[in-house]
This record gives sequence, C-alpha cells and structure tokens, in this order.
Amino acid sequence: MPPEPHLIDYAIILLYFAFVLGIGFVLKKYMKTSTDFFLSGRSIPAWIAGLAFLSANLGAQEVIGMGASGAKYGISTSHFYWIGAVPAMLFVGIFMMPFYYGSRARSVPEYLKLRFDEKTRGFNAISFAVMTVFSSGVSMYAMGKLLELLLGWNFTAAILISALIVLVYTFLGGLTSAIYNEVLQFFLIVMGFIPLVYLGLRDVGGWDGLTARIANDAMVHSWKYMGQSSENPMGVEWVGLLMGLAFVLSFGYWCTDFLVVQRAMAADSMTAARRTPVIAAFPKMIFPFLVILPGMIAGAVASSRIDGARAPESIARGATTQSSFFTGGKGIIPPKYDAAGKPVTVDGKVVLDYDLATPMMLVRYFPSGLLGLGLCALIASFMSGMAGNTTAFNTVWTYDIYQSYINKSASDQHYLWMGRASTVFGLAISLMAAFVAKEFNNILDVLQLVFAFVNAPLFATFMLGMFWKRTTGHGAFWGLLGGTTAAAAHYGLTLPAGAVAGVKGGYLGPILHVYPSEMAQNFWTAIFAWVGCFTLTVVISLLSAPRPDEELKGLVYSLTAKPEESGLKWYEKPATLALVVLVLLLGLNLVFW
Amino acid sequence: MGFDIRMPIGMLFSLFGFLLIGYGAGTRGNRMYAEHSLGLNMNLWWGGALLAFGLVMLALARLGRKQ
Repeated sequence: MPPEPHLIDYAIILLYFAFVLGIGFVLKKYMKTSTDFFLSGRSIPAWIAGLAFLSANLGAQEVIGMGASGAKYGISTSHFYWIGAVPAMLFVGIFMMPFYYGSRARSVPEYLKLRFDEKTRGFNAISFAVMTVFSSGVSMYAMGKLLELLLGWNFTAAILISALIVLVYTFLGGLTSAIYNEVLQFFLIVMGFIPLVYLGLRDVGGWDGLTARIANDAMVHSWKYMGQSSENPMGVEWVGLLMGLAFVLSFGYWCTDFLVVQRAMAADSMTAARRTPVIAAFPKMIFPFLVILPGMIAGAVASSRIDGARAPESIARGATTQSSFFTGGKGIIPPKYDAAGKPVTVDGKVVLDYDLATPMMLVRYFPSGLLGLGLCALIASFMSGMAGNTTAFNTVWTYDIYQSYINKSASDQHYLWMGRASTVFGLAISLMAAFVAKEFNNILDVLQLVFAFVNAPLFATFMLGMFWKRTTGHGAFWGLLGGTTAAAAHYGLTLPAGAVAGVKGGYLGPILHVYPSEMAQNFWTAIFAWVGCFTLTVVISLLSAPRPDEELKGLVYSLTAKPEESGLKWYEKPATLALVVLVLLLGLNLVFW
Repeated sequence: MGFDIRMPIGMLFSLFGFLLIGYGAGTRGNRMYAEHSLGLNMNLWWGGALLAFGLVMLALARLGRKQ
C-alpha cells in the first residue's frame, strides 16, 4: 500500500494550486501588449527577477537529480553550484547584460540576429524552441513517474492536472505569472527543505556524524581528491572539471540560455538587469545544503530505522513477494526494480535508484502535514520548471520564428494572441513527448544528446560576438555548426568505462579513448565543441568581410558605453555585489575543500 | 507590473502556518512523530516558522505600499 497523504496534505497542495491560479487571474488584466506578455513590460524589480532567474533553473529534475548526485558523489556535487554556476552567473550579469538588455533585443536569438545575421538567429531559435518543448516533456514524464511510484497517483492524471494548471496561469499572465510563481516556488523549496535537512542532520548526528557514517573521505571533500580521476567518485580530474564544467558547460548555459536570460531581460532597468543574476548567485551558493545534503543523508541513515514507516511498501509495489522492506539498498535508497519486480543487478551488484534519494527522505522524515508542504515544494518546482520552458518557448516561437519567417507585419494584438496560442500548443507537444517517453525511453536519451551537441559550442559564439568586433555572421554560423559536429564526433569516438557503443558514445566505430566516467566524457565533449567552434569562428571571420563599426554600436564591448553607475549605493552596484559573492564562494570552497 | 508578489506569498505561508499549527496541536503525541520526525512535533514548530515568515512578508508588502 502506498503511503497515504492525509486530508491535511491534500489541503496544503490544493491551497497552493488555488494561489497559483489566483495569481494568473489577477495578472490577466495587466496583459495589454505583447511586451507585457513576453517581457513583463520590462518592469520587474531586481530581487524578483533574481529569484526567478534562480528558480527557473530549479525544476524538480534539478532538485531530485542533485539529491541523487549527493548520494552518489557526496559533497563534490556542489561543484555544479559553486564553480559550475556562480562564476558564470556573475559574468552574465556584469559583462553580458549590457548587450542583452542594452540592445533592446527581446530574446537571445534576436540578439544573434542584431549582432550577426538571420541564419545564426534561425539556427539558434529553432533548436532552442524544439529543445524547450521536449525538455519540458521529459520533466513532466519524470514527475509523473515519481508521483506514481511514491504516492500511487495515476501517471496520466498527475501530469494532465499539473499541465492544465500551468497552462491556465501562463496563458493568463504570461511571463509575469511565470516569474511570480517562480518566486513563490523559491520560498516553498527553501521552507520545505530546511526541516528536511534539519531532521536528517539531527538524526545522523550533524555533519560530523554524517562524515563518520559515510566513511569515505572523498565524499565529504569537494577538491581534495580532484587531482586524479581515479581518486574521486565522480571520475573526473580538475582540468576536465574546470574547463568542461566550470567554463564551457556552465557559461554556455547561464550566459546564453534564454530560459534564464529572459528573467533578467524583464527587469525594470539596466542596473536591475545586471543585478538579477548576481542576486541569484547568493541563494545559489547556499542551495547545495538544501538539495545535496538530503541525498547524502539518504545514503547514510540506517535502513532498519525505516521499518514501520509508510515508505517501503510503495517502493515495493510491483515487487510481488516483498513482505518487508527492500534488501540490498543503501541507507534508505532502494534498488532499482525491473518490470518483474526483481532488483536490477550489474556484475552481481545491486543498482541503486538514486533518483529516489530525496523523495525517500521526504516520506521518511516528514509526518503528515509537513509531508504536504514537502510534496507541495516538489510539485511547485516541477510546475514552475514547466512554466519557465513554456514562457521561453512562446516568446522564441512568436518573435523569432512566427514574426520573422511566417507573418512579419501583423498587429501587436495578433502577436499577443499568437503568444497565448503557442502556450497551448507548446504544452500540448510537451505532453505528447511525456507520453512518448513513457513508452520509448531511449528516444528522449537520443534527443537530449543532440541538444547537448547543439548547446555545447554556444558560449564561444557569444563570447567572440560580444568581445571581438571582427566576428562576422558567417563565422558565427559555421562556427556553431562546426562546434556541434566536433561534439558529435568526439562523443562518437569515445566511451565511458564499462559502456557499450550506442547512446553512450562510440557510435562512429573506432574507440580512440575511454574515459573513467560518463561525466568526464561529457565534460570533454563540451571542451572539444567549444574549441572547435572558437577556432572555426575566428578563421571564417577573418576570411569574410567585417561589418562596419557603426552597425555594431551597443552590441559589442569595445563599441558600447560603460553603464552609468554613479549615484548608486555600494550594495546597489552589480560589480561590488559580485565581489562579495566571489569572496563568499572562495570561503565555501575552502571550508569544504 | 501588476501587484506586489509579497502579498500572495505572505497570505499563502500564513495560511500554511495556521493549518500546520492547528494540525500539530490536534495530533500531539501521535505515533507518527515518533516514526518520522524523531519525536518532535514538527507540524507545530515549523507551522510557527511558516506563520512568522508569512507575517513578515505581509508586513513588507504593507510597508512597500505606504512608500
């Protein structure tokens, strides 16, 4: 029997739904022009845009995935937050926002159009649009599966209801609705996960107790074992970590992904836009303690303590003869079960279902009541992740695809209408993708791989475009294609240890290199993509005709006036705030070295 | 754009607070606290924290409107 949330838990979740919908209905009357709908009329204060900037990325998959990595790799997972996000967030705020916001571009692809040319924009807009609807579908699928497994809810009903709620509030209130709900979600995650971490840490005897129980020094230090890939559980070494994660992947995501950049573009002034990612960096630094620690604790608490709790039965559902709790798990993390209800094993070792680490923590430590709050936080992060994808999709679709290629000279009201229409069909495609994912898991693995190839080189294009005025449209376009090809080629010629050729790489035939882990392979694929794109862009730019300086004003660093900052107090200046963040970041890395 | 987001956040968290405090007070000594939350009546305690947070948000929204 799955754990049965009580009336109180449902009351909390329903109350949340009511507020989310209410926000949409109240905002409806403010949506008069397409700018209101797609860019919140550029009127969002910095702190709201900042929290939304952070939350848009903090979907349920992120929360669950980081808990899973915490259980698998320990505190080194914080690299994904500390060096793998914060420096890039500061960079986009301080150095790139002047061009994004200052050029009055309405989207990231539109900036590419202004800076380079139509084909570069088209490539970016179409790949981004396809990617967002499908990744939204992937996260719908993940959430539906989780709620089904954990609470016995009906998969179809769970994703239909949540998609319908997201549809209603983004349809009515556009980006503002999405941003407001992201802020709400931020506080729900914080207030929902603090008691989880508190109870978990109290149970294992604090950080010292956790360290003792984990009994693996490499899992409680973030840098100490990064010298050699064989010494740390991630199987990466510091060069791959710094170049691949901290530089290429992190800057590629935080500095160029319209999903997050859109939040800053909606800010009410240039200073606010530049402050948005910097403000987001403060909570980003603290989040590892909220999302990674639960995973580490899940792997460290004694599983016997859970006897009599409600959780086990739900996980054993489908397992035909399981009368007691699962065997062969680690802590409260259960093994993966196959269709026949038997634990999955590889080489005689049980494969753990790490994605259940954080959800198991919720059902383990939260009594009814608090459980409602915890589930509400998870559902909120899932829905606002979906809303984030939807608002980014409808903007790129309407401005960069529909207005650019299909219907160039319609009225603003028509584009507002198209924004709402694309909200509906964007979500409909995502829903279909979620159902396809349920039937054919591998199709989406392949799709995600293709997206990774397309994304990896992006930062080289933006960096050259913004800081080297000689970069040309031909250079940018062919550089992007070349970088994507380099990624696909590198991936096709290498394999992670122990994998077979296929979706894990090696599909081109000869295996030139075997990486110690999938993560190392991904990091190096990104590095190859970036170098390929960078080199090709530079070479082709030098061979093609430059654009006159006159046309590049406000789009390139050397031809743009520095943002005016006099009259701001020190804590209002983006650069000063960024320095504070850097000092704190250094401190955190030293404490958990 | 629109209204002050601190208003609905304050209202929602205050309501959550009231709900959990009420539920926690009504379930004192319930077995589930021993089984799950290490014997602590977390609904009561954390409900209080949620209520306090909600009220602070409401106060900030009020303050913002006056200015």
